[in-house]
Amino acid sequence: MALISRLLLCAFLLWPVLGQAVVEVREFDNPVTEQRYRDLTASLRCPKCQNQAIGDSESPIAGDMRERVYVQLQDGSSDKEILDYMVNRFGDYVLYNPRLEGRTLLLWGLPAGLVLLGALVVVLMVRARRRSSARNLSAEERARLDALIKRERTQ
Amino acid sequence: MNRRLLLLLPLVGFLVLGAFLYIGLSINPFERDSALMAREFPTFELATLKDPERIVDESLLGGEVTLVNIWAEWCPTCKQEMPQLLDLAERGVRLVGVDYKDAREKGREFLAEFGSPFEVNIFDPEGTLGFDLGVYGVPETFLVDRDGIIRYHHTGYIRPEDVRETILPEVEKWR
Repeated sequence: MALISRLLLCAFLLWPVLGQAVVEVREFDNPVTEQRYRDLTASLRCPKCQNQAIGDSESPIAGDMRERVYVQLQDGSSDKEILDYMVNRFGDYVLYNPRLEGRTLLLWGLPAGLVLLGALVVVLMVRARRRSSARNLSAEERARLDALIKRERTQ
Repeated sequence: MNRRLLLLLPLVGFLVLGAFLYIGLSINPFERDSALMAREFPTFELATLKDPERIVDESLLGGEVTLVNIWAEWCPTCKQEMPQLLDLAERGVRLVGVDYKDAREKGREFLAEFGSPFEVNIFDPEGTLGFDLGVYGVPETFLVDRDGIIRYHHTGYIRPEDVRETILPEVEKWR
């Protein structure tokens, strides 16, 4: 019984290590390329698994894509060339950050546009309220307001 | 009156957003168009499944409207799809197969079991042609016109009704 529980504990502790063995170990000449590899595999979306970057996915196609990214980095391709290479085959779907172009203007512009619209609405509302509150005072209220202001000044 | 209508604005916004999200729910994320649509079939140079000595390239696909089906022995859906492909071949459609990430022996066994609807099978053990085609799962099917341009793309299983409803009309359209 003790043996079984020890084995279970071992298996439990080894689980994360074994789980990570699926993603291969790569060797790089310099840390800059290694960082570029990490960034690229984190920004490319796996076409098979709906919401995973190819760097996180165990799907075979994600493995193939990591391999291509690695080989092209070794060949000295730029990040843009590698992304173009993937988009040419798998479409815009694989980009986690859609490019800024005619088709995506609405996508990129909408949040900023909505913030501006909201700001405009707030400004207009504040103005309208300020104007109406000052204008709608009756003679009696105005006298009271003047008295209050005067008392404040004399103190 | 005007002010009252303004109060409806958030409701309208909510409805528009709701409609957007509702449409989004019904979109199948696996049915997106291939990035290769209206582009030339990628270049390749691979042996055939039957004869390792015979090397074929993209010129295999010129001249006639061809259905290129990517399959593998290890893919259960490909087995279910075989009767539909045999049906298409019987109706006079030219089919070329790509045996994707397979072992040669396994691929041959597969064809022996089901009977081959394919004129030729390109043997792609590393999945290089598949990668250039943007294939991320088998089966996938591409329609290539007589100029070697990709005109139609079907992701996944071809159901019996798809043969009549979509594949055959597409073949006719580009003939």
